Amino acid sequence: MTEETKTINHDEYLDPLKMAELVPGCMSELHSFEAKPEHQEKLGYPGGLVDDWHDKAIDKMGDLVSKYKGLRVFLDSCVKCGACADKCHYGMGTGDPKNMPVARQDLFRSVYRRYFTTAGKYLPKLVGARDLTEDVLDEWYNYFHQCSQCRRCSVYCPYGIDTAEISMAAREILDTVGKGQKYCNEIIGKVHELGNNLGLPDKALRATLEDFEEDLEEETGLEIKLPLDVKGADILLVTPSADFFAEPHIDGLLGYAKVFHEAGATWTLSTTASEAANFGMFIGSYENMRKVSLRIRKAAEELGVKRIIFGECGHAWRVAYSFLNTLAGPFDFLDRRYPVPQHICEYTWDLIERDIIKFDKSKNDEYRLTFHDSCNVARASRMGDKPGGQFDIPRNILKAACNHYFDMEEDTIKEATVCCGGGGGLLTDDLMDLRKKGASPRMKALSNVRKEHGVTHMAAICAICKSQFAKVMPGYDFEIDSILSVHQMVSNAIILTGAIDPVEDDDDDEIPAAAPDAAATT
Amino acid sequence: MLTIFYAVLFYVATLTFVGGLALRIYQYATTPAPLKIPTTPGPTTRTGVVFRMFREVAFFESLFKSNKWIWVFSALFHAGLLLVVLRHLRYFTQPVWFWVELIQPIGIYAGFAMLIGLIGLFIRRIVVAMVRYISSPSDYLMLLLLIFIGISGAMMKFVSPVDVVAVKQFFLGLMVFDWKPLPSDFPLLVHLSLVALLMIIFPFSKLLHAPGIFFSPTRYQVDNPREKRHIVAWAADLEK
Ligand code: HEM
Ligand code: SF4
Ligand code: SF4
Ligand code: SF4
Repeated sequence: MTEETKTINHDEYLDPLKMAELVPGCMSELHSFEAKPEHQEKLGYPGGLVDDWHDKAIDKMGDLVSKYKGLRVFLDSCVKCGACADKCHYGMGTGDPKNMPVARQDLFRSVYRRYFTTAGKYLPKLVGARDLTEDVLDEWYNYFHQCSQCRRCSVYCPYGIDTAEISMAAREILDTVGKGQKYCNEIIGKVHELGNNLGLPDKALRATLEDFEEDLEEETGLEIKLPLDVKGADILLVTPSADFFAEPHIDGLLGYAKVFHEAGATWTLSTTASEAANFGMFIGSYENMRKVSLRIRKAAEELGVKRIIFGECGHAWRVAYSFLNTLAGPFDFLDRRYPVPQHICEYTWDLIERDIIKFDKSKNDEYRLTFHDSCNVARASRMGDKPGGQFDIPRNILKAACNHYFDMEEDTIKEATVCCGGGGGLLTDDLMDLRKKGASPRMKALSNVRKEHGVTHMAAICAICKSQFAKVMPGYDFEIDSILSVHQMVSNAIILTGAIDPVEDDDDDEIPAAAPDAAATT
Repeated sequence: MLTIFYAVLFYVATLTFVGGLALRIYQYATTPAPLKIPTTPGPTTRTGVVFRMFREVAFFESLFKSNKWIWVFSALFHAGLLLVVLRHLRYFTQPVWFWVELIQPIGIYAGFAMLIGLIGLFIRRIVVAMVRYISSPSDYLMLLLLIFIGISGAMMKFVSPVDVVAVKQFFLGLMVFDWKPLPSDFPLLVHLSLVALLMIIFPFSKLLHAPGIFFSPTRYQVDNPREKRHIVAWAADLEK
């Protein structure tokens, strides 16, 4: 973050999509922690750089190119038109030319050309092909961990070339030769072992949920349950584990519970599937992604539920919506009248439309709200049965639950949304510099809507976004709790049948404080 | 001698172009796409995908969203190129098809549009720092190749006209393996050599974007993963 953004001038218009001045190499040293042998081996990867890394990497590249049509076509098709060059939030925020999507792809493409194309084999200089060396491997590591796989570049490319796919392939090759990233791989190991990213054992989870039930009873006078491992419930809720332990996520979870309660639904969480996130996608590993997904299928079978609903989480929803049926389907044992899986927003919005849940909007009058489209939801999934439902449904819910809603600038929302800066396996403290710079387009757009409409809060439906914004917002003079769950707005305003009038000033401090830095690990 | 050289050159070029492109298309068509990755919001039906693809190919929809300058130059170039290529059909058909006859006059303006577009793209590549950074020598050379094809073509039209009837005889002859003499005007020889070169490098270069766009999963896939299970052979094998 530059010095002047630290003292924000609230009256100044900031161009959110402005590209920082190009400074070659300015981010070239940023190297997030590499995975330790034990993290690697749990996922079936070698513990450190193997001796024959060169041949192994090239073999893996050939393997991936033959298994993924997208990768092959993307590598061949780019015409270097530069249409994507200024579309990446990391490029805009850092000015490092290698954070331009096409340049990021070229780090990989140059090697592909050298080993797999006629032109690159015989005329490498002419077409910008190069040998794979250890320096190149390091460069891959650094810059493919400066991509949040947000797909913004893919929207603007005339051929839909998706740099995210290339980042995933590069990370998979790095893992295969023993050079994985600590943050992602450690977390995937925890999911395989304990069922969630936080490494939360089931006793702790149960105790936490019981605390929430007490709080809810105190607040509403109603017995609102957060059931765990209840066989025969209708709905299995799979939600990011941050929802159990970190603000502002928890308030969203309480919102889901109230919605289920008011709808009279029987639902349950699962200890073995106590995590919606699937970091297997970030490292491009079909096998790991599949293994993490099968855990959810197994939980659904064991509990005998009829439906699966996902809580608020961006890339989790991408894997759930786009890949779950492929990875862990078919889901014939579920009630096929409902889509498998469903998003909690689809569920809530349906109840609102059918007048089953109602709101007292005035409860949210202290909030002047905007909404951050999480890019994985926006550009890699859908809600409802119409294209674009992923934009309308969360907004409709917010507008149903509060009186003051304002969108940010058109070219920073919906399919053009700019990433929070922390997605794709980058939500780790060792990448904080990048995270702050990458957040700047979104934060500028947010500052503008504050100036224009006095917006005080922003809602999001992604655990990563929420954790990331909680970290970067103070740099732009927003309170740390200016980022909210959509279902927190629902929770505040929902009218619960038979509820006692909530005590005024019912302050949030009664909710157990977030586990130290729990936010940073999900 | 000259005739034989160019006859052989065009056979080789045509074979490389058709064979190379067919091989590429076969490769793209048979490489599996294990996951559903359409860029959303996207069409939820096959028909919708046909419309999306049509908008991309005919109007460069995504490029329009992205950058108006590239779009203008690119549209001038590609539309120009398309018309120019169609106009050239008159050298390969006897009698000339009715609609090819019809577009002859437009073809000349199309040639200029193409050149303006190409020169615009070339200047952009040099002037805009971001684009300069991502350019390899081949990216400049590709544009120069097309520019010189255009200029040598225009020379024959406006500066030193060639005997087009003889040229036509040459190409009609090539198609039935009955070689007729090729005129030896310099602009013509340059023009034909560069076109043959273009055909030869086509399947080995970024010009693969032309078939590539039809095989780009982010654009051709239907957004219906929940409704219909998508699974490819190698992924299904993991389930055994
Ligand atoms: C399906 C047919 C085609 C489509 C949809 C298509 C589309 C595009 C688009 C959208 C661009 C990017 C914008 C630009 O830089 O101009 C582009 C670039 C380019 N196309 Fe095509 N194209 C097609 C066929 C062709 C053919 C047949 C040729 C050549 C003979 C060609 C030559 C080029 C060149 C050289 C560039 C790069 C221009 C530059 O360097 O900036 N295209 N094409
Ligand atoms: S996927 Fe997102 S983060 Fe990665 S290069 Fe594209 S725009 Fe940048
Ligand atoms: S927009 Fe697409 S074709 Fe153009 S430079 Fe970027 S990736 Fe390449
Ligand atoms: S964290 Fe949020 S904004 Fe960033 S990539 Fe994920 S979904 Fe997108």
